[in-house]
Amino acid sequence: MASESELNAGIEDGVRRRDFINIAAVSFAGVGAVAVVLPLLNQMNPSADVLALSTTEIDISAIQPGQAIKTSWRKQPVFVRNLVAKEIAEAKAVPLGDLRDPETIDQRTKPGKENWLITLGVCTHLGCVPLGAAEGENKGDFGGYFCPCHGSHYDTAARIRKGPAPKNLVVPPYEFTSDTVVTIG
Amino acid sequence: MSFPWAKPYEPQHPLMKWMDEKLPIPRLVYNATGPGYPVPRNLNYFWNFGVLAGAALMIQIITGIVLAMHYAANAGVAFNSVEHIMRDVNAGWFIRYAHMNGASMFFIVVYLHIFRGLYYGSYKAPREMVWLLGVVIFLLMMATAFMGYVLPWGQMSFWGAQVITGFFSAIPVVGEPVREWLLGGFVPDNATLNRFFSLHYLLPFVILGVIILHIWALHIPGSSNPTGIEVKDEQDTVPFHPYYTAKDGFGVGVFLLVFVALTFFSPNTLGHADNYIPANSLSTPAHIVPEWYFLPFYAILKAFTFNFLWIDAKLWGVIAMFASIALLFFLPWLDSSPIKSSNYRPLYRIFFWILVFDVLLLGLCGMQPAEQPWVILSQLGAIYYFAHFLVILPIVSRIERPLPMPNSITEAVLAKHATDASSASATA
Repeated sequence: MASESELNAGIEDGVRRRDFINIAAVSFAGVGAVAVVLPLLNQMNPSADVLALSTTEIDISAIQPGQAIKTSWRKQPVFVRNLVAKEIAEAKAVPLGDLRDPETIDQRTKPGKENWLITLGVCTHLGCVPLGAAEGENKGDFGGYFCPCHGSHYDTAARIRKGPAPKNLVVPPYEFTSDTVVTIG
Repeated sequence: MSFPWAKPYEPQHPLMKWMDEKLPIPRLVYNATGPGYPVPRNLNYFWNFGVLAGAALMIQIITGIVLAMHYAANAGVAFNSVEHIMRDVNAGWFIRYAHMNGASMFFIVVYLHIFRGLYYGSYKAPREMVWLLGVVIFLLMMATAFMGYVLPWGQMSFWGAQVITGFFSAIPVVGEPVREWLLGGFVPDNATLNRFFSLHYLLPFVILGVIILHIWALHIPGSSNPTGIEVKDEQDTVPFHPYYTAKDGFGVGVFLLVFVALTFFSPNTLGHADNYIPANSLSTPAHIVPEWYFLPFYAILKAFTFNFLWIDAKLWGVIAMFASIALLFFLPWLDSSPIKSSNYRPLYRIFFWILVFDVLLLGLCGMQPAEQPWVILSQLGAIYYFAHFLVILPIVSRIERPLPMPNSITEAVLAKHATDASSASATA
């Protein structure tokens, strides 16, 4: 057994070697614990195969004006809608100040292709698929989409107008690879 | 701890003496649920529901372990494996229906247990910790029930998972990444189903652990009783065994009668037909509602349809829904009245029943589509729910004049018997 005086030998400022070893050991154990927790948390993030489903090609040649189709990207529903002139005019007539999530229809479509409204079919409230893409479905009070789960109404540019949803339907990243083919993702 | 007059454990048989020295489990049981635990002599049948909740948990664990032997947690085959249990596995239909309805029975008895606590002031000192642990158990039950409901991978399973994980996307900035982290993808899918199965299997045992803490915390001051007056001496109590083992045994019998009646004659009444349609990520059922036991909270979520201050409607709904449960953690301090039992609180008793009505109303609103008049009713119901705890309760507990109280449990019991006897002789 080391005597008290031996333990304290050579220390003038009141900090013993043992204190240093204690702090160093516990700190390093903490680093180790964090190093173990990180992969245990990260394993829950989307895995590589889930992330790999990230592009989808859509043929839009069969969609008539006024029609919409429902397809899927990353397993999420996507609405592709061929707007008619009246719907575009309606969307343009709304002052931005009236919108909960202000965006113009031009910001939500590609230049020269502003009749093609491509959005996720995922209500920004709690993720239900809104109605209005298929023939005869309820399009809500603003002629766009209507989410029956909690009553969110979207307009002809798929912007939130009424109900609990905070945001417009999300426009996914996409580009026209030709006049009739769109690549999403 | 127990009362000084608690009957001591004195093993007679040499084997029991040997056991008592090595691992005193029989002593623990004797002192917790045997003759060694003195209990107020005046408990009514509302005090059965704790034991009934324990029985319901055991039924869920046993039927659940059996179901896990036949179920496959893979999005490709989960739905069919449940149908396989229903059609092919020997007695599988019975075990699954028992598990399905067992969840409802568990919530029924737990809600009665909670409202018993609210009526008789069981959450008050010295039993605050019992109440807090109870709220923790309630939260764990909700998480477990939700994840269990996802496992059959029907339409309601899928869209329930989508909507409930959607709550987290309401959190500013980190919400969407948190949701993707919970789901393991962008929509509920195989990764989600697998982790929910893993957790659904784990959490009941966590609940069991917290129940042990709940009972431990209860046994320090001892059980509450309908008068709310604490035990003063030996004549206020009777030993748990045989008095309350017998009374609880009777209660378990009644509980099982209701349970088997539901399971055998009406197994799908509390479920949704849509959950017998396989999950489809491209089509939301026309009318999605959670299981009945979540409806009041769902109504509070749906009550927010407008942005308010700088917080959007979605976040408000989610905050309000979580707050409606979190509020229960503060209850022991929101109600400052020293009187426990509503039998002696004329004013609080009225508001208690209004709260019961309010929660039932919210439950009804939760079932309805997001249309008028249900939206305004859920808004009023939600406002009243919060007002009850945050405004009415603190005020009532200050201004209320309690009714005269008996000096002890025994006095209350004997006085009741005296009036019973006199009214009996009067009618005779």
